Amino acid sequence: MEHTLKSQAHVADRPRPVKNYINNDPGIWSWMTTVDHKRIGVMYLVGVLSAFLIGGIFALLVRLTLMTPNHMLFGKVLMTAETYNRVFTLHGAIMVFLFIIPSVPAALGNFVLPLMLGAKDVAFPRLNLASFYLWVIGAIMAVMSMIFGAVDTGWTFYTPYSTSTSGTVTLMTMAVFVLGFSSIFTGINFVATVHKLRAPGMGWFEMPLFVWGIYSTAIIQVLATPLLGITLVLLALERVFNIGIFDPKIGGDPVLFQHFFWFYSHPAVYIMILPGMAIISELIPTFSRKTMFGYRAVAYSSVSLALLSFIVWGHHMFVAGQSQLATVIFSALTFLVAIPSGVKMFNWLGTMYKGNISLETPMLYAISFLLLFAIGGLTGIFLGTLSTDVHLTDTYFVVAHFHYVMMGGTVIAFIGGLHYWWPKMTGRMYTEKWAAIGCALVFWGFNQTFLTQFFLGSKGMPRRYYNYLDQFQPLHAFSTYGSWILGAGLFLTAINLLASLRKPYDAPDNPWGGTTLEWQTSSPPITHNFEDQPVLERAPYDYRPEVVSH
Amino acid sequence: MSTSTTDLHSHGGDSHGHGGHDHADPHFQHHFTDMEQQFDTSKIGMWLFLATEVLLFGGLFVGFGLMQARYPQEFLEAHEHLQKPLGALNTIVLLISSYTMVMGVLSAQRSQTKKLVGYLSATIVCACIFLMVKYFEYAHKFEDGLLPGHWYSHKGDLIPNSHGYATFFSFYFMMTGLHGIHILAGIVVLLWILIRAKRGEFSKAYFTPVDLVGLYWHLVDLIWIYLFPLYYLIK
Repeated sequence: MEHTLKSQAHVADRPRPVKNYINNDPGIWSWMTTVDHKRIGVMYLVGVLSAFLIGGIFALLVRLTLMTPNHMLFGKVLMTAETYNRVFTLHGAIMVFLFIIPSVPAALGNFVLPLMLGAKDVAFPRLNLASFYLWVIGAIMAVMSMIFGAVDTGWTFYTPYSTSTSGTVTLMTMAVFVLGFSSIFTGINFVATVHKLRAPGMGWFEMPLFVWGIYSTAIIQVLATPLLGITLVLLALERVFNIGIFDPKIGGDPVLFQHFFWFYSHPAVYIMILPGMAIISELIPTFSRKTMFGYRAVAYSSVSLALLSFIVWGHHMFVAGQSQLATVIFSALTFLVAIPSGVKMFNWLGTMYKGNISLETPMLYAISFLLLFAIGGLTGIFLGTLSTDVHLTDTYFVVAHFHYVMMGGTVIAFIGGLHYWWPKMTGRMYTEKWAAIGCALVFWGFNQTFLTQFFLGSKGMPRRYYNYLDQFQPLHAFSTYGSWILGAGLFLTAINLLASLRKPYDAPDNPWGGTTLEWQTSSPPITHNFEDQPVLERAPYDYRPEVVSH
Repeated sequence: MSTSTTDLHSHGGDSHGHGGHDHADPHFQHHFTDMEQQFDTSKIGMWLFLATEVLLFGGLFVGFGLMQARYPQEFLEAHEHLQKPLGALNTIVLLISSYTMVMGVLSAQRSQTKKLVGYLSATIVCACIFLMVKYFEYAHKFEDGLLPGHWYSHKGDLIPNSHGYATFFSFYFMMTGLHGIHILAGIVVLLWILIRAKRGEFSKAYFTPVDLVGLYWHLVDLIWIYLFPLYYLIK
């Protein structure tokens, strides 16, 4: 494939346009009725970060309660067992459904994906806005279920507990149902956009790898989420009308719920991690100044992870009473997931090898991701192995494992991506020093919080328990101290980013020397994204010296 | 590759980045290159939506299959309470409506507005007949206590103390109910394009909504084609 050099006009020297997507047609009403993917992305960003804040406060409260076995703080019991059950449920449900699932695709993806494709918008702008409002409605319903009652089922809503406990479980499941539709609409939008709105000259294998990741995610969103929808409707009908599909007392089967739930929720794990990997695939070549090593392998690995995600749900149910044969098959299939994950890891490392690495904040997050995701991925193998899983099921080992994947993987990548595209989204540069310190605190605090929990779990500390044996106290306390460092790091990061908004526009169009199309427009972009329809003349991550030095 | 991109580039060279000849069509959305791209994109979106519908029902089909394997005898006996003639009648009604829908789309593509209005009206009438028949079937079930879960109160079944009958009707009401909701939604969107058709909005230059509603309607028919043998013709 031949790539010409004529698109090398240095966009950074161009004067900044007076009107951009932020100040063009200001006013709250114009934002609320906007169909501009960039504004919708920003509104999503505000939404998901608010959810992250609430979910994070609940997480800190959970850790604080577990600091001592008698849950005392300053001579008072911090929360009762009932409150504790509700708080960890809300932490899980908010983080999963309101934050992580929409975080990268709906917030960053909405903003960046059309820009990367050289498109003026997503395929269905009004559907995009509708999906945002569905998210808002779902969020309001979820918050109402907290205020007017409580949910203590855990984020998994397992029957028969979820059908028999009191509280506002029905409202919460309906909230998740609505959020599911929001997710489906985003998925439909992105698949259609990637298929039909690529810039002239951009074939499938000239798309940035972020687009490949988001595309794979969108396929899962479209194909898996409807199952969650129908499952939650059945659960709600079970609670309200006693239709008896999951209730063994009237002939139903509670394990059927688990099958339904994980048929969605395992793919949902990949809805969460694939976009994180997608961001890393942008950061590594950009900050290594090197062509992506094994571009096609990484692209295919995203799609194969999406497909594998549909056939491994049974590994959540090794001890739930499914047949032994099924258990063995699901275990073997689960090991297959390691292959595309490994392909990605080694290609990222191969890209960094002999690269010209610059350690700016997004790259610090990318390297953190590599370290944390390696731990998260490898401990997944322990859990996929039947003999070890029987011991580790429902212990803190599982908690630590999925936090390493979800937080150490997706959230770290999300924050890295946020720092990477922040200049593009806001037109401002943040203070590099504080961002790096924030990243270091997050990395340290995260490891202290969750590495500890691997030890707790392997020693037999069951997850979700309010009470624990005195012997676990030192590790629990150590983990809680870590959560404070983690919280401080995130707080510092948030302050640093927000502080940059007080400055006038100072970000160049392409602060990192990125090669993808979003860096060819102004920072922040104009409402129509590009002055002229961009034409792809250079593959992404083309850092050959003769091209770059031009 | 670079030659072809240059061609495309010159095509989208003006500041808005799309060709000139489609400006006239009021339905053209400016983030597309031309009407053809817009049509293709809408169609992809609709097919994706239909895929979600298939999976939505798919979960219930799987659940039904599992429960039938658990209670084969009860399901066989319970299905005798369904009224096969009414089910068959509804199947025929929906098949006819599929035909009128196809003819409606064809009329739109040929810019025959009057025919389009006629066929769309016929499709709506069929949908209403379907729901009326369904109403009589449901009323009969309610009278006989053939109801889901713990509402089941039918007297005179062969196997006492089995939950299989109730489970059968749980799935029956869930699946036909969900399908009925889709028929209702179909009537709403059919009415919407009927009104637009009467205003003369559709022609061979622009018939996307008719085409998309047609796709949706066929899927709703297709689901019934599976539901009918699944429930009414168990062997």
